[in-house]
Amino acid sequence: MIEIKNLTKIYHTAHQDILALDDVSLSVKRGEIFGIIGLSGAGKSTLIRCINMLEKPTRGSIMVDGQDITLLKQQQLRTARQKIGIIFQQFNLLSSRTVFDNVKFPLEITGIPAQAARQRVEQLLDMVGLSDKARVYPEQLSGGQKQRVGIARALANDPKILLSDEATSALDPQTTRSILKLLKDINRQLNLTILLITHDMNVIKQICDRVAVINNSRIEEVGDVLSIFSNPQTPTAQSFIKAIINKDDPQEYRKDLIKQHGDKYSRLIRVSFIGASAGDPVISAMIKRFDVDANILHGNIDRVKDVPFGHLTLELIGSRSGVERSMSFLQDNGLDIEVL
Amino acid sequence: MILSAHAVFANIDLNAFWAQNSWIGEKLATATWETFYMVIICTALSYLFGLPLGVILVTTEAGHVLENRWVNRSLGVIVNATRSIPFIIFLILVIPFTRLVVGTSIGTTASMVPLTLAAIPFVARMVETSFKEIQWGLIEAAVSMGANAWQVIAKVLIPEAMPSIILGVAITTINLVSYSAMAGIVGGGGLGTLAYYYGYQRYEDLIMWATVIVLIIFVQCVQVLGDKMAARAINKRR
Repeated sequence: MIEIKNLTKIYHTAHQDILALDDVSLSVKRGEIFGIIGLSGAGKSTLIRCINMLEKPTRGSIMVDGQDITLLKQQQLRTARQKIGIIFQQFNLLSSRTVFDNVKFPLEITGIPAQAARQRVEQLLDMVGLSDKARVYPEQLSGGQKQRVGIARALANDPKILLSDEATSALDPQTTRSILKLLKDINRQLNLTILLITHDMNVIKQICDRVAVINNSRIEEVGDVLSIFSNPQTPTAQSFIKAIINKDDPQEYRKDLIKQHGDKYSRLIRVSFIGASAGDPVISAMIKRFDVDANILHGNIDRVKDVPFGHLTLELIGSRSGVERSMSFLQDNGLDIEVL
Repeated sequence: MILSAHAVFANIDLNAFWAQNSWIGEKLATATWETFYMVIICTALSYLFGLPLGVILVTTEAGHVLENRWVNRSLGVIVNATRSIPFIIFLILVIPFTRLVVGTSIGTTASMVPLTLAAIPFVARMVETSFKEIQWGLIEAAVSMGANAWQVIAKVLIPEAMPSIILGVAITTINLVSYSAMAGIVGGGGLGTLAYYYGYQRYEDLIMWATVIVLIIFVQCVQVLGDKMAARAINKRR
């Protein structure tokens, strides 16, 4: 749906040239939610602004639904932009217009007849759950409500793609979740391709199918969200993931481990869950089957794009053979084991 | 001569006072009306030309919807040049043009020409400032939805800046009141002429004071009205 090839953006300032995007290539499939994560200054904002040509790329091509957006003339570009929805961190709603008229704004730009436009706006407001706020001005709304208006507005002209420029960065965690849920629902209902940029791995975790990690103006890593989470390759990706999944420090338990369990044998292990196995009662099956005790020291199970993902730090206590067989049992069930 | 107001008002015999000075009331009413319509028409005309000029000043800037360095620079120079000429000199400078337009350089109609000409660049700058208060994100949002330059101007710039523009209208009107008094000195009519010919040249202190009071009331009314209308435009949104 979006095909970015060798995109380079250089800002020329009086003193120096700043390389904001360095030979970026990306491919976003139809109907997927694609996330671009990076720290501020990494170039993600420039990248998303190039896709609707708010920034003019220095080199490279950007195909949106088979059309190279960088080659369009002014009038063609305006028409193409009507089919590229965008939502912003600061919402950017017009304070002089009611919620209703804000959503109607893009329809006025395209020149949709008034009657059809009214119906469309009502339908959109219903979709984002703000029908009762139609006559209200944006200043009276909460941040989350403002973003819902922003989303309704972005969808008004039935866009092919939706760009999200840090759309949840100004919102509190709870509101962020509800906005992300709305985006995901829209993605499913309309099979709408969404490209979002964020600095928050939680956003990626919650709704993205694939993710690109951008650092120092370059894409460092692209992949399935689950594979990036379970096996981040680059230091940038690793630090993003570490920020939201707090692994424990085994040194803390070592001291406690000196504690004797009589003649029993014990082992400290960390079990990593990815995917379906987290849903199965593997641990309890192990306890019953091998007559071992499992002392849970630390645990963290999260969901990445609806797939359970996490780890458990366990102390297994029992007979030597029971503990050994327990560990291979866990491995046989698709869990990763690390002996600490 | 202004200081002797005390002496004027110290006269207690009111009947005799009115009998002697009733002509002042008539003169004052006529002059007030002249000033009023002069200022209102000049304000309207200066916005008719100044508002589009302000729009062009803003939108031709680098990165804006009608970016055009050449137009922006030249317009900026012309606006600044006009604004740097003191009004009393400007007034004399444009006399040939005034004669060309209205056939005379004396009277209220004639003085509306330099008043409007001087107010246009002032209005352009006021409007420009109002537009620059708008968050850039709003303009970008409209552009990214495919709006053309005209749509950005008509649907974003002007409505969003409206409360600020209304306050600008009040300031412009008040400035025109004081400029019209200057025009009055060279025969422009209105309260300026009255104060100058009667109050100054004929030592009619009463006229001088009456003029001042009318002007104070007039300016107060304009400002209060402007504030109210701007507040209404803002409160509507809350």
